[in-house]
Amino acid sequence: MYTTDMNEGIHAETVTMPGANGDPINAYFARPLGDGPFPAMVLAHHMPGWDLWYREATYKFAHHGFVTISPNLYFRAGHGTPEDVAAKVRAEGGVSDDSAVGDLAGAAKFINTLAIVNGKVGIFGTCSGGRHAYLAACRASVFNAAIDCWGGRVVMSPDQLDELTPVSPLDLTKDLSCPLLGLFGNDDTSPSPEQVDLHEAELKKHNKIYEFHRYDGAGHGFFYYHRPAYRPAQAVDGWQKVFAFCEKYLS
Amino acid sequence: MCTMIVEKVKIDGSGKSASGWFTLDQANVSYDHPFHAPMEHALNIDFVNESKGPSARVAVELSEAAARELVKTILDVLSQAEAGGHLETRDSTTRAPVHV
Repeated sequence: MYTTDMNEGIHAETVTMPGANGDPINAYFARPLGDGPFPAMVLAHHMPGWDLWYREATYKFAHHGFVTISPNLYFRAGHGTPEDVAAKVRAEGGVSDDSAVGDLAGAAKFINTLAIVNGKVGIFGTCSGGRHAYLAACRASVFNAAIDCWGGRVVMSPDQLDELTPVSPLDLTKDLSCPLLGLFGNDDTSPSPEQVDLHEAELKKHNKIYEFHRYDGAGHGFFYYHRPAYRPAQAVDGWQKVFAFCEKYLS
Repeated sequence: MCTMIVEKVKIDGSGKSASGWFTLDQANVSYDHPFHAPMEHALNIDFVNESKGPSARVAVELSEAAARELVKTILDVLSQAEAGGHLETRDSTTRAPVHV
């Protein structure tokens, strides 16, 4: 617990790390000052891109005591403002699941080589990043906790599958390698409450450790304080659950 | 949600971004999260030139009603121009649906 007589600080910067296929990509990195050891977090950014909200989220996790890295999953699309790059990726139908999982697993391996890390790495994502966080936790055994915030298309119908997203993440649930926290708004349409039910049933079927919290009066993106979807009370509670979960499984 | 609903169409024209005019060669039309419009989903049109990189983009984000009214208005204006014999036909557009 923070008290006003404490000295604290974080160090944050852009770094280069090996992503999918060993490709060098850039990432935003923030760490608490001190020798550690600290738990670590990988952040999977959302469809609107590697943007200010995710750089601020990287600070936020570092401020709470986590060595944190947010890889630029859109690195291969070129450079420009985060919105321009995200618009280009949107036009291409998003990044492939293989690319996202490779970048996120690469980030976990990269951060876990640091001497200040306690050997435990979690993953957090919102929107498409929630889906990517879940996919990464199912496909790469490098995470100790996963947090999916309203990730759409975890439950995919056959007609939604394509070259970039060939497998419904739901079908990979048996391979989930760590405890899962899910936060969802009951007014969301993707994932809809019915899709969250399907996801929960699959987790139970495979005896996975999970916590799902579903919020009334909230839809998609209720953490986003710069958007009309922001719901302060639900967001405050959600962040408390995120950090409690991280402390439980990563300390 | 991320709908991933997007189609691309080749176009012919010019667009003006913060750095000035540039030649447009494509419009990317999506119904997905907007960056700025205060809605969860919007009809987004990015007028771009792929060869000039991600920053060669003129963006609009419209409500469904606004998008439908815009389409109707464009067609109305073209009809008036055609009726007046003003159309300069340059058949340079090809529709390229993207299945994602």
